[in-house]
Amino acid sequence: MARPRPRITRDPNIEFVDDKTGPLVAFHGTRFKEISLPRGSRVIYPNPPMEPIGNLKAAIRYALNHPEDSEPLFAKLRPGMKLTIAVDDISLPLPPMQRPDVRELLLTEVLKLCADYGVDDIHIIVAICLHRRMTGPEIKRMVGDKIFDTYWPDRLYNHDAEDPDGIVEVGVTPEGDHVRLNRRAVESDLLIYVNLNLVPMNGGHKSVTVGLCDYKSVSAHHNTHTLHKCHSYFDPRPQSSQLQNIMDRMGRLVDEKLDVFHIETTINNRMFGGLISHLNRPERTWSDFDRAKFHASNAALDRMPEAARRKIFDQIAAPYGVIAVHAGKTEPTHQKILQKSFEQYAVPVKGQADVLVMGVAPITPYSVYSIMNPILVQVMVLGYLFNMYRGVPLVKEGGVIIAFHPCREEFHREHHPSYVEFYHRMLAISTNSYDIHKFEKEFVENPDYIHMYRKGHAYHPVHPFYMWYWGDAGRKWVKNQVIIVDADHPRVPTQLGWHNARTLDEALEMAQTMTGKSVPEVSMFHCPPIMICDVEA
Amino acid sequence: MKAAAFYDVDGTLISTNVVHIYGWYALNVPTLTGRLQRGARLAAALPFYAVADRVGRKFFNDIFYRNYRGIGEDRLYVLGEELFDKVIKGKVFQDMLELMKRSRAEGYAQVLVTGALDTIVAPLARYLEVDHWFANRLEIIDGEATGQLVPPVLAGPQKAETLRRFALEHGYDLNACRAYADSASDIPMLSAVGRPVAVNPDTTLKATATAHDWPIMWAK
Repeated sequence: MARPRPRITRDPNIEFVDDKTGPLVAFHGTRFKEISLPRGSRVIYPNPPMEPIGNLKAAIRYALNHPEDSEPLFAKLRPGMKLTIAVDDISLPLPPMQRPDVRELLLTEVLKLCADYGVDDIHIIVAICLHRRMTGPEIKRMVGDKIFDTYWPDRLYNHDAEDPDGIVEVGVTPEGDHVRLNRRAVESDLLIYVNLNLVPMNGGHKSVTVGLCDYKSVSAHHNTHTLHKCHSYFDPRPQSSQLQNIMDRMGRLVDEKLDVFHIETTINNRMFGGLISHLNRPERTWSDFDRAKFHASNAALDRMPEAARRKIFDQIAAPYGVIAVHAGKTEPTHQKILQKSFEQYAVPVKGQADVLVMGVAPITPYSVYSIMNPILVQVMVLGYLFNMYRGVPLVKEGGVIIAFHPCREEFHREHHPSYVEFYHRMLAISTNSYDIHKFEKEFVENPDYIHMYRKGHAYHPVHPFYMWYWGDAGRKWVKNQVIIVDADHPRVPTQLGWHNARTLDEALEMAQTMTGKSVPEVSMFHCPPIMICDVEA
Repeated sequence: MKAAAFYDVDGTLISTNVVHIYGWYALNVPTLTGRLQRGARLAAALPFYAVADRVGRKFFNDIFYRNYRGIGEDRLYVLGEELFDKVIKGKVFQDMLELMKRSRAEGYAQVLVTGALDTIVAPLARYLEVDHWFANRLEIIDGEATGQLVPPVLAGPQKAETLRRFALEHGYDLNACRAYADSASDIPMLSAVGRPVAVNPDTTLKATATAHDWPIMWAK
């Protein structure tokens, strides 16, 4: 195979395919595909990882002592006070970061301060919202051995959105949104939120307002009506995201009623380390050794069963570097973090494509140490990858998305029990969220699913509905014209309302028909690593 | 009530089984020799019962309940209450208690369908505040158990038949009903409803549940 030659372009993130361009690499779930795009196709690459903070512990201490629009943390602490610390859950970052996790470092500094100021009544709550409960070993990995051994399980535990005695109403916004949060957090003298921002959708008012709330509260914004009014989930500006607007107004109510001290961090996009570190870079920069590693690993992966491949990806932690730490009041803190986050992720792009090509990696917030089931593939393509833009989408309205994923009809029984029923029953009824929405109550009241969420490690029964709504904006924009290349189980794309193609060439031919153009403009969104495209039409 | 939730008992709601329960009776026979005899006989027969259960629950029941031959009716009931207070009450899965509470609140009639003896199930049903229960009864002649169960014996397909009849009599749509069980012998019962759940399933039931996309739940 010819090695791709460097192309000189004015933009370091953009390359155009010509005769000299070598094969491009796309994720195909837990495998890879080497693909050749038509001449003239555009490939969009992420920015290289930013340099991480050199002395992170010092940066954390500085942030705690010089917070945004707030007195320093030590000034808020007093002996005998009731303190709750909430932390983000396993859904962030992706893949899980190498130890020590930044949350461990933050918690260590915060708890050290608490000990100095005589604060003993401390609970640490994993803000899972309606996600699955994290297991003990997962929490241990996140907060570190010392904190885990001291606090688990009576003072370090998962939030329970269905605990009838564990949720209290903080208030109702003028627009009628019920803000209902974890009782311990509400009844504390101080609530500290320890956040890790992977994408600009994380953090800010979403942390407390969503992470510690119940179904009634989250349904104020996680609904078809709101999500249809969003232009991009990754663009938090008021004109772009109604979701963000509602979370913000609920969050402001929380900040009025509770004393909240936010600690936010954000990381660079160094998602892959060790033997697969070349995946962070464009193919043209790969050395011969990188290509040899790639071919060897790809050949090995091809010969393994799917479960073994998943296990391998589960074991590879990301060498993320922290690029910013800020603390203080929710909004000014979040603004600073957003600025740094976009500095890492924003990629300027001119012009939309008729056809958007993407590889889908085995990475979603909802399948960590789990299985990326068909509904999660759907949310990854239409909810996440499609939405990674500001301005206008990368693909034109009525355009086509060509995605690489094996689309296996597999579910994790413990993590996603309600997904099984949703996939088989709801999608047999309709793929339209407005039709499906009326069954939401039935799932939410299902005592078995609720039991599995509270006592096992299942996602809340409403979760597959949210995943489907999440894909609505993308589905509507491309009129559900999504073509999956080389699905292991072709009935999966069909059930999702999508199309199957055996090869990329076949998919491109289908796209010609769908767009009505004999030579459609093709762009490849070369993600991961993560990027967010600032697209001008 | 919009539908019914049917529960198997042993292994599903409580962490005991019919052998434990007979063990209690055996160890509470009034005479020392009687206790020794029944205890030793039970211990010796355990491997045989394991094999019998694999052959079929009905076969197992036919063999196992012979142990009760000669125990007085009054003793069965008195010891049943005592057994419940001293042993079974503490063996009820707390998770299942919460599940039943939520299920009741959602409008499901709570129904026990079990192969255990009525002498044990009656106090358990009172404790769980269930709406109905079905259990096996020992045949009593001249005040003593004969070691035979009164037909129809609740096991395997008969449990399914019982809940079908119950649903029909009460006008419940079986598709909307739920059933909870832990053993492969309860697959007919689980298959009879629209919402089966395997609770702490044995290997065969787990495989069946996985194959049929039934939820699997772990309770303690």
